[in-house]
Amino acid sequence: MELVCPAGSLPALKAAVDAGADAVYIGFRDHTNARQFAGLNFTEKRMREGMEYARQRGTRVFCALNTYPQPAGWKHWTSTLDRAADLGFDALILADMGLLDHAARHHPGIPRHLSVQGSATSHEALRFYHREFGISRAVLPRVLSMDQVRQVAGHSPVELEVFAFGSLCIMAEGRCYLSSYLTDESPNTCGACSPAKAVRWEEKGDDLEARLNGVLIDRFAGDEQAGYPTLCKGRFEVEGAVYHAIEEPTSLNTMDLLPELHRLGVSAVKIEGRQRSPAYSGQVAGTWRAAIDRVKADPETFEPAPEWQRTLGDLSEGGQTTLGAWTRSWK
Amino acid sequence: MTMKLSLGPILWYWPRQDVLNFYAEAAEWPVETIYLGEVVCSRRRDMKVADWMDLARDLRDCGKEVVLSSQTLIESEADLRTLRRIRDNGEFLVEANDQSALNMVIEAGLPFVTGPSMNVYNPATLRVLLRRGLQRWCLPVELSRDTLADMQTTLYEQSLHAPVEVFAWGFLPLAWSSRCFTARYYGKPKDRCEFVCQQHPDGLALRSREHQDVFRLNGTSTLSGARYDLMRELPDMQRLGVDAVRLSPEHEGMAEVVARFDRARQGDMPERHPLHLAEAPPCDGYWYGRPGMDWSQTP
Repeated sequence: MELVCPAGSLPALKAAVDAGADAVYIGFRDHTNARQFAGLNFTEKRMREGMEYARQRGTRVFCALNTYPQPAGWKHWTSTLDRAADLGFDALILADMGLLDHAARHHPGIPRHLSVQGSATSHEALRFYHREFGISRAVLPRVLSMDQVRQVAGHSPVELEVFAFGSLCIMAEGRCYLSSYLTDESPNTCGACSPAKAVRWEEKGDDLEARLNGVLIDRFAGDEQAGYPTLCKGRFEVEGAVYHAIEEPTSLNTMDLLPELHRLGVSAVKIEGRQRSPAYSGQVAGTWRAAIDRVKADPETFEPAPEWQRTLGDLSEGGQTTLGAWTRSWK
Repeated sequence: MTMKLSLGPILWYWPRQDVLNFYAEAAEWPVETIYLGEVVCSRRRDMKVADWMDLARDLRDCGKEVVLSSQTLIESEADLRTLRRIRDNGEFLVEANDQSALNMVIEAGLPFVTGPSMNVYNPATLRVLLRRGLQRWCLPVELSRDTLADMQTTLYEQSLHAPVEVFAWGFLPLAWSSRCFTARYYGKPKDRCEFVCQQHPDGLALRSREHQDVFRLNGTSTLSGARYDLMRELPDMQRLGVDAVRLSPEHEGMAEVVARFDRARQGDMPERHPLHLAEAPPCDGYWYGRPGMDWSQTP
């Protein structure tokens, strides 16, 4: 079982590599990948430096090109993919069927991983992507329970990678258009959800209001911790009741499930968070490295160490974690 | 050629008799195509595949093109078994709403159409699907008329024929989850939901704390808080070579909506006077490449 870690910058990449990541995933500095943030991600020069650093230490580097190009952007996306191929990444992480087709035809020697944005939630869907585009691995959306993942794993024609830790999308990834409904950007079109350019903070007396393109996503009383207004994690009104109607600010943490994932033969666990700091990359990678090493050594007696869970809790959104769709009660 | 009108699948959970009554009326409406099936939640079982098939035959006998729609988010082996029954129907075209359905129809060598949640964002994707039997595709809801125009131009230049449908009226389906948001509102776990979404034939309005309509909760799916309305864009769609215009079923007022679109597609644009519909603001932002919730016209 491999540990795949995020890096939004060269220092983050180095931190993840030093902490024991088996692979890191990075993206170009534009909207060709699903973490488009100002000042984040890599120029080609930094990519080369990062790849050299990782290679010397035996860590593989994947390139995320997992947004959906429209005709006006097609040439930009394909030329970026071609550049990634020239740079010699160990794998390309793709979602769009057109781009997968381009990669399979023009760069057949570079492994293709299906991004979580490709929305493959069954072995039938995986067979489609495998047959049509020769993918060798797929990242599963965070909507499946353990029983469902077991079924997928039992029939999958490709390696599986599942999310282990980080910010939690509760909608099936790759087909969530909520962000472009409120703003003009979505994960699919430009790699942004609830983009910072649309966020406005306003003080109203003792309260702090968080708006997204003018829409009130949450209002925090003076003594409450204010979180980023991700649109599905705000407090809204339904028939007079005000609550986190979709989801609370929380992070996914599947450490308790690690022995079971290991038993299922899941090939890789993925950490979310290219938008986070180098310290996050390093701490999360180190924690999961220790956990994976222990589960490999003795899966029967594995128990997460309290200090690991504390570290992860401290790095979580709103300081809380959940098992999300892995458990029935969450649904 | 005049554009076709289609009735999308019912996105809500209506009691069986309401479904049957709705389609008994729809059989008389000027729509050419009707999509049938449960596309949101596998727990909604008032209508089984066999019931949809009976209905499909009745509607076909009334002269409608009938398409069987697949569930959008596939999660379990049971979901896949239902999909196989739909694939094996032997009579009707299938609308593939995810890659599981897509794989099944392709492996069986069957023709298919794709729905709005199938991510077709560029002509390269269409080329892949056309090779495998695509008969018609539906523009994903977040894409604009300019992107559609670019797609049409490229397809024309490459001599590819891919009839296109546009979701033109109704609450926009925007997201799918394994969590049920209606059950969450009632404080019930999903596997003991008591089918509370059936109490909300137009969904549950989710508003901001300033009473702005933001989204509409419908079981495991989330829809737009405003109602998409592209009736005024029909002449433009005609110029762009759009083949079909999709109207999404609502519990009230649907006959009038269809009648208006029928007039509009024949060049007789109806006046804007209110219909008896669930109360919601209009929107058309996506069509103009703006935030989906925006509305271009003054009231």
